[in-house]
Amino acid sequence: MNWQWFHRLGSPRWFYEKTEAWLPWLSLVTLILLLVGGIWGLGFAPTDARQGNSYRIIYIHVPASFLALAGYYIMAISGAIGLIWKMKLPFMVMKAAAPIGAALTFVALITGAIWGKPTWGTWWVWDARITSMLILFFLYLGVIALQQAFQNRDTADKASAILALVGTVNIPIIYKSVDWWFTLHQPATIKFIGKSTIHPSMLYPLFVMLIGFYCFYTLVLLLHTRVEILRRESRTQWVNDLAAGNKLTVSKEGGK
Amino acid sequence: MGNSPSLFWSTLRRDLILAFRHKGDMINPLVFFLIAISMIPLGIGAETALLMRIAPGIIWVMALLATLLSLDNLFRSDFDDGSLEQLLIAPYPLFFSVLAKVLVHWLATGLPLTLLAPLLGVMLSLPANAFVALCCSLLIGTAAMSLIGAVGAALTVGLRKGGLLISLIVMPLYVPILIFGANGVQAAAVGQDYTMQLAVLGAGLALALVLAPLAAAGALRVSVNG
Repeated sequence: MNWQWFHRLGSPRWFYEKTEAWLPWLSLVTLILLLVGGIWGLGFAPTDARQGNSYRIIYIHVPASFLALAGYYIMAISGAIGLIWKMKLPFMVMKAAAPIGAALTFVALITGAIWGKPTWGTWWVWDARITSMLILFFLYLGVIALQQAFQNRDTADKASAILALVGTVNIPIIYKSVDWWFTLHQPATIKFIGKSTIHPSMLYPLFVMLIGFYCFYTLVLLLHTRVEILRRESRTQWVNDLAAGNKLTVSKEGGK
Repeated sequence: MGNSPSLFWSTLRRDLILAFRHKGDMINPLVFFLIAISMIPLGIGAETALLMRIAPGIIWVMALLATLLSLDNLFRSDFDDGSLEQLLIAPYPLFFSVLAKVLVHWLATGLPLTLLAPLLGVMLSLPANAFVALCCSLLIGTAAMSLIGAVGAALTVGLRKGGLLISLIVMPLYVPILIFGANGVQAAAVGQDYTMQLAVLGAGLALALVLAPLAAAGALRVSVNG
């Protein structure tokens, strides 16, 4: 088995050139999945018996929450790869993943609040999952703040990778303890809707949206990483060649 | 010549002497703790029933903030005078010297905070049966907070303005300690058993004792070289 292509992906230049070919396909797949899932979920999935149409925000809320958490692990694992094998590219992926993950966590929080208004009658409830999400958001903000505090890029990369790893160890503990805290402090005002098993006709569009969000995440991560590659490698010959010779194609790619 | 344990003891001795010579660094978090707690009744009113109910949470949150404020001193002076670099290039595991420094930090802030806490409990009319729980939970909790905070202090030691950044990156990591610490005191205040909360805090301390000095040592290598 020839693994050379895989190892070559560790080189920023190769990564940049290879992903260029993937981008149009990935964009197309993402667009189709999100459109199909979105229209199916918002327009054609049946109305919920108890929550009416307000439950439909689930098609954004749940995928965003999934990726908010997965994104933290992607960030931390890239950081660990960078620390262990002393590679340049994983640090670029890590730096790109932090703001994307923070944005998705924010989306999950906002959609949760909007969902909470008709369901619980209030925008904000100190619910276990919402609280955990909020703390995950703080963890992302910490990594971003640390990354930006350093003048030296190398130090910034390694320091935020260490912080992300410490956060990774802590996340399960935080989740468990917030869960436990919530069972004690459960406010009496919250009217909980009984656990209803979700009907397949509602579940299938959710699956489509989940896969669509994963593709979307990959696409955005690739785009951010490519920008980071160009920024960091701006002094190298190949980036200068790219800027001088292929200016038109680059700007066309960037416009997508 | 020396080995790791003797390096541990010599670092411990040196840092203890330094801590006692800079009494301000030791006393300021305590004064902050006292003043901040006194602000609470002024802000929300001095009803005994209300204070009694919120006392465990308030004391715990303020102890957490006082610990955060003291973290910047953990490696700062050693970084400024170059002795941190000497520790880094010494042929001994950094784990033990970091552990010694954290232990001194705890002896200089966490332990005095714990000893001061009952007095503040009296001021906030904490129920009498919660005092033992308050001291025990703070004793374990502040040690865990010093250990976890050391990672944040090590990450930011190379930065001129590290103080606020430490709080930003460390506070979310303190969430489990705060939850179990404050809840143990609350349980004791209403006469419930609080051994479970103390046991979880102890487990957290054990985990932090093993992992945090490793992470802090790695972080020191990164931020001192950069």
